[in-house]
Amino acid sequence: MKNTPPGEDVDNIVQLSQADMASSDWSDLLGSLAAKPDKNIYARLFNHFAPKVKAYILRLGVGVSAAEEVTQEVMLSVWRKAHMYHPEKAAASTWIFTLARNQSIDWMRKQKYPQYSLDEWSETASESGQGEQEVLSDRVAKAISQLPEKQAQVIYMSYFEGRSHGDIASRLDIPLGSVKSRIRLASEKLKQIWGGENYEH
Amino acid sequence: MSINHHLDDATLVSYSAGALSQGMALVVASHLSICPQCRKRAEVNDSVGGALLESLEAETVADGMLASILTRLDDMPVQLTEVSTDTAVIDPEIPSPLRDYIDRPLDDLEWKRIVPGVAYYDMPWEGHGVSRLLRIAPGKAMLAHTHNGNELTMVLRGSFSDEVGRFRRGDVADLDDQIEHQPLVDSKEDCICLIATDAPLRFTTLFGKLVQPITGF
Ligand SMILES: [Zn+2]
Repeated sequence: MKNTPPGEDVDNIVQLSQADMASSDWSDLLGSLAAKPDKNIYARLFNHFAPKVKAYILRLGVGVSAAEEVTQEVMLSVWRKAHMYHPEKAAASTWIFTLARNQSIDWMRKQKYPQYSLDEWSETASESGQGEQEVLSDRVAKAISQLPEKQAQVIYMSYFEGRSHGDIASRLDIPLGSVKSRIRLASEKLKQIWGGENYEH
Repeated sequence: MSINHHLDDATLVSYSAGALSQGMALVVASHLSICPQCRKRAEVNDSVGGALLESLEAETVADGMLASILTRLDDMPVQLTEVSTDTAVIDPEIPSPLRDYIDRPLDDLEWKRIVPGVAYYDMPWEGHGVSRLLRIAPGKAMLAHTHNGNELTMVLRGSFSDEVGRFRRGDVADLDDQIEHQPLVDSKEDCICLIATDAPLRFTTLFGKLVQPITGF
């Protein structure tokens, strides 16, 4: 691919079939991109994730034209940081979510969202076997859909709108403590599903 | 390091959601950088974000975006590491997320004195709440106060006690407006904490009310 002019291979790449894939397939795909840079694989990941990343960024309140720009930056960093991805540690969607979150906030605040570094992140010993993250990830998605409405609401307002506890409290006209306890209850349920009985609290 | 006081679930969810103020996120990231237990909980919350991302209806992205990215990839260096390449002395007393804003040992910072025995060093941004390092001498108490919102305190050096318990290096006090407290420094050395609030504090003593306009709490 190195010998072809830039962009020449685009048409072939975007025609690759985007048949329905399970979450684990996307993580395997990102895992192989982590092992070896490959434009074909990257393009498939792009076609699946870029439209979702843009949807997320728009919901956070970034304007339409800026959202396009931030989406492009996020997807570029997927390529640049792919070698730091570990499929046994997190689903592809989770890893890409954190990139999108950090870069959207950086853009909105002109300040880097404080993070513990990816190096430390990758050093945390994984207790799950390979592939298990995907099963869990699908179960988390199901669990979110089963949360009581009031709990789901505070989760959505947090993740999709980036609202603080205080902001949610004034929007819903409920005390700060109620916002926090709803979030805790939701979190508790999601964790039970995530870790089962092995989860150490 | 044994850590006894951890982050509240509601705080960790907001951190993963990207919903914390800059100062609060800095305290959370600093604690996560040294606490595997909370890190594990944060990873679960990140996976909630991943599942939510996956659940979104796709938005149309510009036709040329993929093509324009692909043409740039050949010149794109891979990013080798997230860690700052600054080879200056790394002070183990300063958690890595804080190193972006603190370029010298804690003792060398330009501390600003509020009252004898109490000094602060502000983080370089403005917000609704407070984001600063606080340095308090042994035997001194922080001013009694309550909160309209949340308050996060992470101990970097020394220790303090309040109604909740004793807090040592690495511990986090994660409090909200349910609590009125007055932390008392009980270590032999100064206690240095990284603190953040998402709303102004309300002092409950007359003295506190008097100094409030001066200190900007
Ligand atoms: Zn902890």
